[in-house]
Amino acid sequence: MKLSRIFAYTERHLYLYKRSLPRLMEVFYWPVLDLVVWGFVSIYLTRGTPRDFITLFIGALILWDILFRSQQGISVSFLEDVWSRNLLNIFVSPLSPAEYIASLLFLSVIKLLLTSTVMVTLAYVLYSFDIFLLGFPLIPLVLNLIVMGWSIGIITTALIMRFGQEAEVLAWGIALLFQPVSAVFYPVSVLPGFLKQVAFFIPSAHVFEGMRQVISKGAFPVEDLVWAAGLNIAYMTASLLFYGWNFKVVKKKGLLAKVGE
Amino acid sequence: MNAIAEVLGLTKLFGHVRAVDDVSFKMYEGEILGLIGPNGAGKTTTLQMLLGLTTPTSGEIRIFGLELGSNREEILASVNFSSSYISLPYSLTVRENLMVFARLYGVKRPKDRIDELLRIFEIEGLKNTPARRLSSGQITRVCLCKALLNSPRILFLDEPTASLDPDIADKTRKLLKKIKDEKGLSILYTSHNMKEMEEMSDRIIFMDRGRVIAAGRPEDIKKEFKGEDLEEVFLKIARPR
Ligand SMILES: Nc1ncnc2c1ncn2[C@@H]1O[C@H](COP(=O)(O)OP(=O)(O)OP(=O)(O)O)[C@@H](O)[C@H]1O
Ligand SMILES: [Mg+2]
Repeated sequence: MKLSRIFAYTERHLYLYKRSLPRLMEVFYWPVLDLVVWGFVSIYLTRGTPRDFITLFIGALILWDILFRSQQGISVSFLEDVWSRNLLNIFVSPLSPAEYIASLLFLSVIKLLLTSTVMVTLAYVLYSFDIFLLGFPLIPLVLNLIVMGWSIGIITTALIMRFGQEAEVLAWGIALLFQPVSAVFYPVSVLPGFLKQVAFFIPSAHVFEGMRQVISKGAFPVEDLVWAAGLNIAYMTASLLFYGWNFKVVKKKGLLAKVGE
Repeated sequence: MNAIAEVLGLTKLFGHVRAVDDVSFKMYEGEILGLIGPNGAGKTTTLQMLLGLTTPTSGEIRIFGLELGSNREEILASVNFSSSYISLPYSLTVRENLMVFARLYGVKRPKDRIDELLRIFEIEGLKNTPARRLSSGQITRVCLCKALLNSPRILFLDEPTASLDPDIADKTRKLLKKIKDEKGLSILYTSHNMKEMEEMSDRIIFMDRGRVIAAGRPEDIKKEFKGEDLEEVFLKIARPR
């Protein structure tokens, strides 16, 4: 055993942490966000155990996963072609940028259907939780989550095109950034003042408020859904515009051939 | 003869680097045009601009008489591209991979077309093999199949033979020449293999630091620069005393 060799090898990894965003995220981002989310959950629970406990948590988890998968369905499908060095084959084919995005959206829905089927069935079998008890409101709630996932996915994809490998980690991590302010497992009222304001601009926060309203009051959450849909339309439009603008920049900088390097 | 592709004053700046500097040339039907030059000369950048992957800083690109920027999809349907630095999804089989591209290009009777190309490139035995299990030379051949799927009128190739063994490289060259003779295919092609360039090219464009410094038939270029072969000419130009 030679200490100098042990340190030499340790150093090899520490060099990486100095300039790698993914590595830094591993050390700080995930743990911090976990702490924040579960901290708010704890605050919520100290108010007393809510009724419909199971529905609130498992329902929320399944719905959150829809948002997450919807985003990943886009970003990860794009990454697959980056990793297999197939992107240029795709972009020199007659497939137009709009057609490309449309297939990514379609793909994300297919992936999502598969995940959700498994989740919903398992929740029923293991915990006798029937998500369809949410009734008709489930449809607009889910649609809003899907569209929000699309916006995040499209922006992530654009950023990876522009910034390459270092930005790949966004594909896995960016959705989580929205989790604390989405008020998934606790009502928005648990959040401190400024985060409440942030949450107002997050479509998923309205979706989860709406979900809780359906569960506790059995009412159709009109206002929440209108806000969610309005914000989603705005964000989806913005993300498509951003993608289009970014694609132009990427072509100007000659980066298409270099994504993933 | 009518030019099938025409490049006029093509320039690309990356920051302060003049990757391509006022390049003009024409490509004719049934012609193999070789693009040579030292590393960093601007060959790949030129090809990528012709494929609409990189936007020129200035200059004009017309393919089939159409302006590239505003007729992208129409043009791309009748051209294709391959290179040794691209690959295909690893978990798909050779056939699945080619099927995807056959659909993207709207190839008629895709199954027959794929079988035909696999036979030509002598890889019909690999049809059901996942791409991950292919050697790099085999992948290159599958990529060439992909590049011919849509029976393109122009083929852009960036160092296509870089990972091929001498036997397959030779066969590939003969094959491309044959398709060119039979179908009038035009090929724009880069390589660092001067022997190959001499053998393949009807005309050669020699680029250095973004500029065209010589263009013409290989024999004429050799005469002009007083070289025995293209390799000698290359060294003369790339290393001026
Ligand atoms: N996306 C880019 N951003 C900035 N500079 C670039 C980019 N792509 C190429 N360059 C620069 O442009 C010049 C031309 O590069 P290019 O890849 O076209 O050369 P090449 O002739 O294909 O070289 P090689 O024989 O090594 O393949 C080089 O100086 C290169 O560093
Ligand atoms: Mg090159």
